[in-house]
Amino acid sequence: MEPVVRLVDVVAVLGGFPALAGASLTVERGEIVLLQGPNGAGKTSLLRLCAGLLPVERGAATVLGCDLVADRTAVRNRVGLLGHANGLYAELTVHDNVRFWGATVGASEGEVTAALARMALDGRLRDVAVGRLSAGQRRRTALACLVARRAELWLLDEPHAGLDAVGRDDLDGILRAAAAAGATVLVASHELERVGRLATRVVDVVGGQVRAR
Amino acid sequence: MSVKARSAAAQAWRVARLVAVKDLRVEWRSRVVLNQVLPFAAVVMVMFAFALDNTDLLTRVAPGLVWMATIFSLQVLVQRSFAIETADGALDALQVAGVRPGGVFLGKSLALAAELAVLEVVLLGAAIVLYRTDVPAGRLGLLAATYLAATCGLAFVGTLYGGLAAGAKGRETLLPLLMLPVVAPVLIGATRATEAAFGTNDATTGDGWPWLGLLALFAAVFGTAGTLGFGSLIDE
Repeated sequence: MEPVVRLVDVVAVLGGFPALAGASLTVERGEIVLLQGPNGAGKTSLLRLCAGLLPVERGAATVLGCDLVADRTAVRNRVGLLGHANGLYAELTVHDNVRFWGATVGASEGEVTAALARMALDGRLRDVAVGRLSAGQRRRTALACLVARRAELWLLDEPHAGLDAVGRDDLDGILRAAAAAGATVLVASHELERVGRLATRVVDVVGGQVRAR
Repeated sequence: MSVKARSAAAQAWRVARLVAVKDLRVEWRSRVVLNQVLPFAAVVMVMFAFALDNTDLLTRVAPGLVWMATIFSLQVLVQRSFAIETADGALDALQVAGVRPGGVFLGKSLALAAELAVLEVVLLGAAIVLYRTDVPAGRLGLLAATYLAATCGLAFVGTLYGGLAAGAKGRETLLPLLMLPVVAPVLIGATRATEAAFGTNDATTGDGWPWLGLLALFAAVFGTAGTLGFGSLIDE
């Protein structure tokens, strides 16, 4: 079976500076891979490149069978990127947000309801405006949007940031369940101990390169 | 039109409806247009009346004042339209979701046009009350066509430049600087065509149609440019 992510000697430039300098990485379906490294090492750039947001300057890059060198936009509706922001509309309710993002891929109301239930958002939180939620509840709503969007590859940048202890435990459970359900997860995090326990593999990102442990 | 092109157009239209409904729902929940933009526009109209302080003069220049107030308010509407996209990274998320940028452009333009239409009705009412403007029944067709073309043009330019400024530092001050010179043809065309519809300064209906043509051309050019170019505008 073809790997979900296959990067070979990838070079990417951001704002005139090399963000990735010959990065190589292979990720198989169902894996949870932890990207760890110091700030500015290229973790976020790697995630954005896999999401088709950052162009490949040199090297070969395939994500979910899509060649990012030939057309980096083709992969976009199959991946979900969750960075420091959640991509939510504060004035809309949890249900409105999940329905909107689900509708971008033609998800039915049934799929939206299932996504809400999977993130335990089908109770009283369903009709609460996102602007009134806690950081952890917003994170869960953003993940419900990824589920409703049928994202096959989850690209998460510091997903535990801003969450309390309960929120962090919740998120760990969600990631395990997502991988068990067939999603592939790439996580950039400084929470080495926590994410390290979840991950099937840990790789170091240093100076725009990926080093296997 | 080929099957592929028809399918792309249908997808873009589906996205446009989705984004327009979402934007209008956000507005319905937040009531920013109702509670902030409409009062702002009304205050601008009153300030014009204070500044000129001459009913005859106000009646003569009413078409220009109405469109000036509309364009000032457009700045606020566009800022708001893109603030909801950038506040929590939704514009980035739309890109990652592979949503057709042309559809996003059309959807945001549709929502902006709907909000502008409400604003323009209020401003027209304010002109009738404050500036003693008369709208002859026989010229309502020209007035409606002028409003339609000018609203589309302003919504397209607003969305295009709102998208351009969305990722920039200092976007709040950058947007008026970029947008005001570009909407000058709409200000001129809409003012002249509205003068013809109001019968101001002895203008006849015939005087208004060429200006309406300019407004329609402007809307068509920016509508097409925005639909085709919005993707590269918001991309990294």
